Amino acid sequence: MVMPETTGDPVLDTMPRATGMVGSATSSAPPDERAAAVIRIENLDAYYSAFRAVKDVNLAFEARKITALIGPSGCGKSTLLRTINRMNDLVPGARVDGSVLYHGVDLYSKDVDPVEVRRRIGMVFQKANPFPKSIYDNVAFGPRINGYKGNMDELVESSLHRAALWDDVKDKLKQSGLALSGGQQQRLCIARAIATNPDVILMDEPCSALDPRATLQIEELMFELKETYTIVIVTHNMQQAARASDHTVFLSMAEDRAGYVVEEGPTLGIFTNPKSRLTEDYVSGRFG
Amino acid sequence: MSSIGSSATATAASVRAGLTGARRHDAWGLVFEALLLASLLLSLAILFVLVADVLAKAAPVFADRGAGFLTSPLSSNPAKAGIVQGLVGTAILAAIVAGLAFPFGLATAIYLEEYAADTKLTRFIQVNVRNLAGVPSVVYGLLGLSVFVAFMDTVDGTGSGRNVVAGGITLAVLVLPIVIITSIEALRAVPNAIREAGYGVGASRWEVTRQLVLPSAAPGILTGTVLALSRALGETAPLLLAGAVLGSFSGLSLSSLFTGSYTALPVIVYDWSRKPQDAFRADAAAAIVVLLLITLAANVIAVLLRNRYERAW
Repeated sequence: MVMPETTGDPVLDTMPRATGMVGSATSSAPPDERAAAVIRIENLDAYYSAFRAVKDVNLAFEARKITALIGPSGCGKSTLLRTINRMNDLVPGARVDGSVLYHGVDLYSKDVDPVEVRRRIGMVFQKANPFPKSIYDNVAFGPRINGYKGNMDELVESSLHRAALWDDVKDKLKQSGLALSGGQQQRLCIARAIATNPDVILMDEPCSALDPRATLQIEELMFELKETYTIVIVTHNMQQAARASDHTVFLSMAEDRAGYVVEEGPTLGIFTNPKSRLTEDYVSGRFG
Repeated sequence: MSSIGSSATATAASVRAGLTGARRHDAWGLVFEALLLASLLLSLAILFVLVADVLAKAAPVFADRGAGFLTSPLSSNPAKAGIVQGLVGTAILAAIVAGLAFPFGLATAIYLEEYAADTKLTRFIQVNVRNLAGVPSVVYGLLGLSVFVAFMDTVDGTGSGRNVVAGGITLAVLVLPIVIITSIEALRAVPNAIREAGYGVGASRWEVTRQLVLPSAAPGILTGTVLALSRALGETAPLLLAGAVLGSFSGLSLSSLFTGSYTALPVIVYDWSRKPQDAFRADAAAAIVVLLLITLAANVIAVLLRNRYERAW
């Protein structure tokens, strides 16, 4: 007798699994002892020209876990996220000190090609941004430019399946991706991101423009995706961080307006027993 | 109860009065709207008078000569004069302008907008491209005379250099800034989210530019280019300086098409308009109608191309 995986209710399903991870984590161990870390950020400072947006970040993101970055507006969550796949390189004047190690390789060393980095570390953006192309071509774009040799129809179908979008769009693959609803567009962007078979998926407030139902669909999806991928998500939604993540990083802004990590740890611990007063105030809704 | 009922009625009455009464600014609003409409009507009236005048003068020419006006060569006899050299010259000029201004202008725009860093130098260059678009066309004619005619002189060896190639290059340089500016605007209108999405799945800058940005910007780029082309085809002054022939000339053999004497439709219009015979002015009006039809056709092509590209998504 196999126990059913889900009850059909996204909230009930996700809560126990999210909290179930707590305690097995390695939060008490120093960062360099986390064997399973896919990405390790060491002594990272991120700048926009002379302005230091993020300082002294030391973090590790574990394989097949969801890590949430939370904190008040302007504390550098998105900047930190975008340093992980070198997306911030595209912003004029942006630079970093320190290192981002991906399976031990420093992504900021001179011989690393940022294009290759982004193929392995995919991204889902705050506002759904499908290409003005057909649904099929949206998903196939990444594999095509990366020289995918297999059966493209199968890859498109499996990517859309994994993004829980296949049933919605299987009869209209040639229609424009822009004709979908907001939640469907964001799932299309997730399908596009996983079609290149990345290892890590970064999500920058992926649900901020979605209604609660579409938000829960995306969160359900994240739980399925973490079987395969390492996920880092920036969110403003405290409940989302609480239900959907295994590990939570709380950032805040220092006097010099640079963001820094106040506290990190298993999500349940951050929300129920924070060590820092700042964290407690933030997660209990007293500021931010 | 009755007092509450009557006060509710009174409230409703005052609300109705407030909602339906004359608005304070109605008078100024109406005056403003009338002024806007008057400007529109004035512009349309001027356009209508111009076109009607030209058509009225041109009608007898087309009635008498028919297609013969298009196929006859230039002549000092207004009853025989046709515009075939002008049509051929304008067609070759159009090909040269499109062949030079489009690739160079688009490449410049792509470099400035997608590749070059946003530095003081690139901003200085952009400002000056805009200034170049405002330089009077006769100045480009001088450039054509002193540089391109002189250059063609050394190339073709016939000693004149006043050929259609020199004229075409002059017009291409004239509209190059316009092509650059409209292409930059079209590229700038492509949302940055599209570029980020492309980079996010591991596309290189070239792949993002070629496969995402350019298709999005294509309608704007094409429209701008065709409009620049129709502007070039209406120019007279630069061609006069760059060696277009006034008055009739023989020629138009295939062997001397690019190296021999040339003229263009606007030059013929200019030439015929200042001749003393009234018959030549009617011919000029007929040539204007042909020129207008050509620019109109160019604009229709621009719209069709734009629609086609927009459907292709």
